[in-house]
Formats: sequence, C-alpha cells, structure tokens
Amino acid sequence: MPDPSAVLNAVVAGVLLGGFYAAVALGIAIAFGMLDIPNLSHPAFVVMGAFATWVLNNTFGIDPVLAGLIMTGPFFILGVLLYRLYHTCFESRGEAPLQGLAFFFGILFITEVVLVLTAGADYRSVQADYIGVSVNLGSVTLPLRMVVPFVVSIGMLLALQQFLSRSFTGRAILAVSQDKLALQLMGVSPTRIKALAFGISIATAAVAGSLLIIIQPVEPSIGRDFIGRAFAAVVLGGMGSFWGMLIASIILGITESIVSDMWNPSWAPAIAFGFLLPTLAFRSGGLLGRKL
Amino acid sequence: MSNLRFWACGLLLVLVGWLLGRLVSNEYAFFAGYSVLQYILLATAWNILGGYAGYVNFGTAAFFALGAYVSVALNKLYAPPLPVLIVAGGVASGLIGLLMGSLTLKLRGVFFSIATLALAIVSQAVITNWEFVGGSSGAYVLRPRVGPLGGSYIEYLFYTMLVMAVAAVALARTVERSKLGFGLAAIRDDEAAAEASGVPTLKLKLLATVASGTLMGMAGAPLPFYVAYLDPPSAFNLAYAVNTIAMPLVGGTGTWIGPVLGAILLTVVQETAMVTISSAANLLIVGLLMVGFITLAPNGIVGMVRKLRGDRR
Repeated sequence: MPDPSAVLNAVVAGVLLGGFYAAVALGIAIAFGMLDIPNLSHPAFVVMGAFATWVLNNTFGIDPVLAGLIMTGPFFILGVLLYRLYHTCFESRGEAPLQGLAFFFGILFITEVVLVLTAGADYRSVQADYIGVSVNLGSVTLPLRMVVPFVVSIGMLLALQQFLSRSFTGRAILAVSQDKLALQLMGVSPTRIKALAFGISIATAAVAGSLLIIIQPVEPSIGRDFIGRAFAAVVLGGMGSFWGMLIASIILGITESIVSDMWNPSWAPAIAFGFLLPTLAFRSGGLLGRKL
Repeated sequence: MSNLRFWACGLLLVLVGWLLGRLVSNEYAFFAGYSVLQYILLATAWNILGGYAGYVNFGTAAFFALGAYVSVALNKLYAPPLPVLIVAGGVASGLIGLLMGSLTLKLRGVFFSIATLALAIVSQAVITNWEFVGGSSGAYVLRPRVGPLGGSYIEYLFYTMLVMAVAAVALARTVERSKLGFGLAAIRDDEAAAEASGVPTLKLKLLATVASGTLMGMAGAPLPFYVAYLDPPSAFNLAYAVNTIAMPLVGGTGTWIGPVLGAILLTVVQETAMVTISSAANLLIVGLLMVGFITLAPNGIVGMVRKLRGDRR
C-alpha cells in the first residue's frame, strides 16, 4: 500500500503539470479544434518560445513569464504569416489533408533543426526568484516552478475564453469553426478571421514556451514529446472545447505523475497514447464535445 | 512501360547489382548501397498508403524499429537465418498496422496521422523498457563475418535489401494498376463519393495499411546486423519518418516511380551534405526540400516532368 501523502503529492503535482499541458494544448484546440488546421508543428513553436524566453532572460534579465508575454506579439505575426502561406498553398487548392499534414510536419522538423544550428543542442534554463522555492501546505509540497505555470496557464485560458465569448472578433472565430458560409453572409471574411485566430494560436505557444522553460531545462527536440500529449488532450477534451481540454490535460497530468512516481518515468510519454487511441476508437466526441 | 519490360528491367537490376557487387571490393559501397535501397523500400511502403490512398503515416519509425527489434529478440532466442527474421518482422509490423488501422481508419485521415505519430512515441517507450532486447542501453548484435552466399555479410545484406526493394516496387506497381489501386485512388480523391459508389473503403484502407506496415517491418529486420549496435534513439530516429515522407513527396506520390526517384535523390543529397557541410544541415536540407516541393510542386518530380512533356494524364 503506497503512502497516502505520497499519493496526494503525486496527484497535486499531476494537477499542476496538467495545467501546463493545457497551455500547450490551447493553441492546438484553437488551430485544430476550431479552424480544422492540423498544426503538428505547434509544439515546435512552444520550444521556440522557450528559447526566445531564454534569450530575453539571459541577456536582459527579464522575468520568464513577462518574456513570454512580450513574445506573443512577434509570434502572432508569425502565425498570421504561416496561415497565409498554408491558405494559399493548400486550403485554397483543396489539397489540405495529405499535403497540409506533411507541410506542418516539415515545419516542425525545420524549426527543430534551425534551433539546433543556432542555439545548439544543449539544455537551456532560465533564472527567476521563484524557481527552486517550494511552499508547504501540510504534507503537500508545492514547488513554485510548477505553481506559477499553472496559474499563468489558467489565466491565459480564462482570458481567451472571455475574448471568444464577448468580443465581436472572438465570436467571429467561434462562428468560422461552426459555419463558414454563414459568416461570409454576415460580411466577414473567413480567411481574415482564420488568419487572426491562427495568429492567436501561435501566440499562446510563446507563453506556453516560457512556462515550459520555467518547469524544466529545454533542448530543441523536446517539442516532439508534447505532440502526442497536446493532441490527446484536445481530442479527449472534445476538439474545440476549452474546458474539456483543460479537464483532459489535468487527467493526463495526474496519470503521468502517478505512473512516474509509482512505477517508471520512462513510461510517461506513452500515457497520452493510452488515452488517445481508445478515445479515437470508441468515443470520438471526447469528454465534452461533438462527435467527429 | 509495359509489364514485360518492367519485369525484365527489375530482374536485370538485381543481376546487375549482384554483378557489380562481385566486382566491388570496397565495403563502403555496400553500406551506401544498402542505405539507398532501404530508403527505396521504406518510401515505396509509405507510398502504398500515403500516396495511393492519401492517408499520412508519421509512424514509419515505429513499424521499422519494431521489425528491427523483433529481429533482435528472435536472433537472441533462436538465431534463425535472415529470411526468417525478415518474415517475422514483417508479420509483427503488419499486425500492428492492422490493429492501428482498425481502431482509427474509420475517422478522418488526420486522426489516423496523429495516432501514428503517437504510436512512434509509445513504441519507443515500450522498447526502452524491454530489457530483453537491451532496453535503453541498447543491444549488440554479432554480425557473422561471412555471408551464406560467400563474400562478406554486408554484401549479403546488400543483396537481400536489393531483392526486397525491387520486389516492393513491383508490388507497388501491381497495386497501382489493380482494382485495389483504383479503389485507393478513389478514396484519396473523395472518400465519401468512393463509399457511395460502392468502394469498400475501410477494407481497402486496412489492406493498404497492413501491406505498408509489413514492408516497413521487413525493411527494419536486417537493420540490427547492418548497424551491429541498436539502441532506441537510433532505431526510432525521426530522420526515418521525415525521409520516408519527404521521398515520395519530392519524387511524386501516386506513382511507383516517384518514391524511387525521391529516395535516390534525397539519399545522394544527404550523403553529399553530410560529407561537405554537417549532419544537422543535411536534415535541414531534407525538411526544406520537402516543404519546398509540397508548396511549389505538389506532384513532385514526376509531376514536373509530365508538365514539361505537356502530358495531361
């Protein structure tokens, strides 16, 4: 029988970890869940965001979270440009499925190699006052390097949720995911809205990247480990649903944390797949969401 | 190309390869030749599902490494001859293809692709934790000094791969011109329309997935003898997945010759870049070539040649 306080600690750590996974999966929930763009390269942008944070933190001493927020601007523009390219080359030609997937896979790969060539294949980390500090609540230990990402991630999720449900642009983004033609009839260009939404999706990667490098040291190829997790969270959560995605991320985080603690950390990457495959096979609508 | 001419060419190629092998005394030639042939086999295997049916498999590394590790395990237990290992590797990967396919092929192609991507990660975790085949520290495989046909063992591996590659290309060409191939092409162009016209889409997709997975497993089976030391990071190297997708896309999907052209071109480019620039740069070149071709020339080299000839097929 495992020690109850160890189990409790593992569960709390899992919830915090899941909160961070939600930050990574958020961009995919927008791009893939709402816009139907299978952006496999999203985790590579997260790693790129982590490296940008590392540069800002190391050279100017900027706080990592702030650095992530600063980078959302350039990342937004990058996302808009990437969508324009994707749209002209694939979406408008109607060849989206095969070529589009291969395109994003190529982008993933190119980003990774470019990072290796420019920043080197070493592990990089950032400095901040809260990294390495823990708070004790009874028998539960809360490392701040996990708490800060959790809080920022939930904050980002709430802010985007508000933006999507309150503002005109946000509602247009929701509309484009539901009925493109109806949106056109309302006098809004779906391409423009999708470019904007994709820009936001890539901008979230900058924040997620800054959270990633707070949690652990980062090297260029680390992004691949998050593809399975993030897509599993989005599919399990029911594609476009933010709350479903958050719940799925936390379930994933808790399971990984318990398996790593009680059994063997090398199994952790396999867990996402363990969730993804049965979800696809038996409940393709996810936890909260429409059927595919 | 007529059927007779194709088969004659295939047979001739095997003979010429064998004769050249007899003349060459430099071992490097076999190592390089093996690598090209292995990629022709992998790219052709990928193209049967990816090119003909339009279902993108990102899990090449999983199918390939599974073949390699089945071969490591069997070799440790019974040390059977290489052809037995190849059959076993093929069967194992084919079964995984069947399992994956039956679970995910009912959904849109994107979900199949994501599942294969995750498959590569999970199978790496399984192999890393499987101590019998060396786990994370890797497995050493003793390569016999002399092959069963005389000559060095590398020479034997080279001939084995040559025969498999030619056979795979022949299989792909047969599929392409068969009822199965037409069915797959219909799925690629419009799956709903294909289904409505009575094409048994799920059955055909499953067949293609199994065939593709089997060939990838067969390609992996001789790998432990080729490298002599196999560990999970090298067996599951992302380069296999990227190359296997890039080669048919650069050469031209949908035809048997496309993956062959792409495999030859990309391997030569990479070997050259590896020597002249660096090994990281050669992967960058593959990525850039792939993205460049799919954005600018979606039908690959074959499409460009057809366009130049004014052939609108």
